[in-house]
Amino acid sequence: MKRHLLSAADLSRDDALAVLDTAEQMDRALAGREVKKLPTLRGRTVVNLFFEDSTRTRTSFEVAAKRLSADVINFSARGSSVSKGESLKDTALTLEALGADGVVVRHWASGAPHRLAGWVAGSVLNAGDGTHEHPTQALLDAFTIRRRLGRIDGLRVAVVGDVLHSRVARSNVLLLATLGAEVTVVAPPTLLPVGLHGWPVAVSYELDAVLPKVDVCMLLRVQAERMSSSYFPSAREYSRRYGLDTRRLGLLPEHAIVMHPGPMNRGMEISAEVADHPSRSTVVEQVANGVSVRMAVLYLLLAGRAEGGL
Amino acid sequence: MTSWLIKGVRPYGEEPVDLLLSGGVIAEVGSGVSAAGAQRLDADGLVALPGLVDLHTHLREPGREDAETVLTGTRAAALGGYTAVFAMANTDPVADTAGVVEQVWRLGREAGLADVFPVGAVTVGLVGQRLAELGAMADSAAGVRVFSDDGRCVADPALMRRALEYVKAFDGVIAQHAEEPRLTEGAQLNEGVWSARLGLAGWPAAAEEAIIARDALLAGHVGSRLHVCHVSTAGSVEILRWARSKGFRVTAEVTPHHLLLTDELAAGYDPVYKVNPPLRTEADTAALRAALAEGVIDCVATDHAPHALEDKETEWAVARPGMLGLETALSVVVQTMLQPGLLGWRGIADRMSAAPARIGSAGGHGHDLAVGQPATLVLVDPEARWTVDPGRSASRSRNTPFAGRELPARVIATFLRGVPTVLDGKAQR
Repeated sequence: MKRHLLSAADLSRDDALAVLDTAEQMDRALAGREVKKLPTLRGRTVVNLFFEDSTRTRTSFEVAAKRLSADVINFSARGSSVSKGESLKDTALTLEALGADGVVVRHWASGAPHRLAGWVAGSVLNAGDGTHEHPTQALLDAFTIRRRLGRIDGLRVAVVGDVLHSRVARSNVLLLATLGAEVTVVAPPTLLPVGLHGWPVAVSYELDAVLPKVDVCMLLRVQAERMSSSYFPSAREYSRRYGLDTRRLGLLPEHAIVMHPGPMNRGMEISAEVADHPSRSTVVEQVANGVSVRMAVLYLLLAGRAEGGL
Repeated sequence: MTSWLIKGVRPYGEEPVDLLLSGGVIAEVGSGVSAAGAQRLDADGLVALPGLVDLHTHLREPGREDAETVLTGTRAAALGGYTAVFAMANTDPVADTAGVVEQVWRLGREAGLADVFPVGAVTVGLVGQRLAELGAMADSAAGVRVFSDDGRCVADPALMRRALEYVKAFDGVIAQHAEEPRLTEGAQLNEGVWSARLGLAGWPAAAEEAIIARDALLAGHVGSRLHVCHVSTAGSVEILRWARSKGFRVTAEVTPHHLLLTDELAAGYDPVYKVNPPLRTEADTAALRAALAEGVIDCVATDHAPHALEDKETEWAVARPGMLGLETALSVVVQTMLQPGLLGWRGIADRMSAAPARIGSAGGHGHDLAVGQPATLVLVDPEARWTVDPGRSASRSRNTPFAGRELPARVIATFLRGVPTVLDGKAQR
């Protein structure tokens, strides 16, 4: 693997499979233990650098790093010098002085992790940058798909919703293609990038036509404030045309699963019944799998610098 | 005043001659010219061109003297072969009064490295609400003829129409930064494959083209002169060609960076490649080169935009847009236009000197290299190759997108009315 994980495009097929396999090993290694901790990254420092609120992603990385016995520092934009206008470069130099081995960064600006990677010696792990990418989300989604359906190669996946502004969509499209899935993005045309040609995807504006042909239906969060910029007329209309409700769930093949990266807008892109569906929805599993996958990524990026193995 | 005898130079790359510069003018052109007491400059193999004229320079003074001053900016200009620059109005305070334009003009005179023609703001404070005192700036010592809110578009069509009409009284021209603001809110990069991939908000070509089309129609309607700044798209070229076919008085410029660089350079998110309008695609650079060769685009202008290091060492979205250009412009034009055979040296002299001087009414610039004309010229080594080192730039800033690139052709000497501002590749002041 490369030194940083900035984009899902940084992962070869072998890299990605190594992450998924390592995540399975992590799960197994922890399964029998009373104390849910491995000594793998003892003495290593992981900084969670969050310029944007995200309790779920930050917590997931924090749990993952702690289960590997790393020292975790939470460095959030609020309540630190960042909100007083310290530049990203100065923050990077501070982390460098503190001796961070790994920096997990969430930032509202696309490409901020790339900039950071130029200024720190440690590994930079993109935990979501602007409207660009969120590679560990794609990895945990792939992990979830493989667990549920046994494989990824040859599967058909629909990614539905605000593709234009979604870092989850960008990372998933890249990773799923690397792993051999066929992806169809489904959205109103306003929520698809103009420069979409060249992505390894098919495009559809009609959800009902796509659903019968897919193994996985992955929904994206659609922010209601997009309405004010006329991306769509109303939440109700969006929901009618692109929301996954019980009727549409019935259009999916029996074995197909429903995924959502959270946080969900119940009643908007997904109905409460579908979100809570006991066998079809993987929403809660995705969260649990997130910890295993992030452990695997931290391990693969940082263990080279640490003593001892799994 | 020292006279200069330039031996064996090739005007416009043609047959070698001797040039005698005396009393601020070209006193003699011929072979075997001799002049007692004249400084001799052996110019074997060098090409002579009229001094270059830049219609679009940001000198940052007053207000951001940490990024550039009139002195450092005109030094960079002289080193790039320029003898005249038009200083954009987006300073702090804005150049929207006679007082500010006279200050900039005076600073240029004191520096003595290139003639500085201040551009006046079209609207007070560049905010697009009401006209600045265009007549007062025109009548000032600076004699302003070019007006622009560059950095921002005069988006209000009624205000744009009035501005175009109003400056007819003193043969002024409105230089428009063509960008429909509602289509570019938050925009970071050309809207296309790379903006989609990088998750950067797109800057659609149509936002430029729509304004050019609108303004061309307005200029045609009221019979005024419109100049379009930094044209960046193939579609804009089509609209300009149409406007000319209608006989509208529309001129246009293209920057060296839009002739050479494309949007994929943003892939690493290094804001040195962030500029407004953004870098476009290869199809656009090809169309812009062809349009410059054809004359649909009249001239090259640098949009030299110095920025302090801290304004570029940031996240892409936070960084200020803009690139240095004065010291590299001629080399980039040689690479993109001369070497592929799109323009000869005479063509370059037109696009980088005569045409911009004509558009900006820059008296004393853009003349032929002929007896009796001002001794305002540049000597270029066409065979030289050099690697751009930002640390060696005369600009106070370092934000050149050409860092590390090897470029052809080097300026050896620049003369402004017979006085050398650059000799042996070194600024004289």
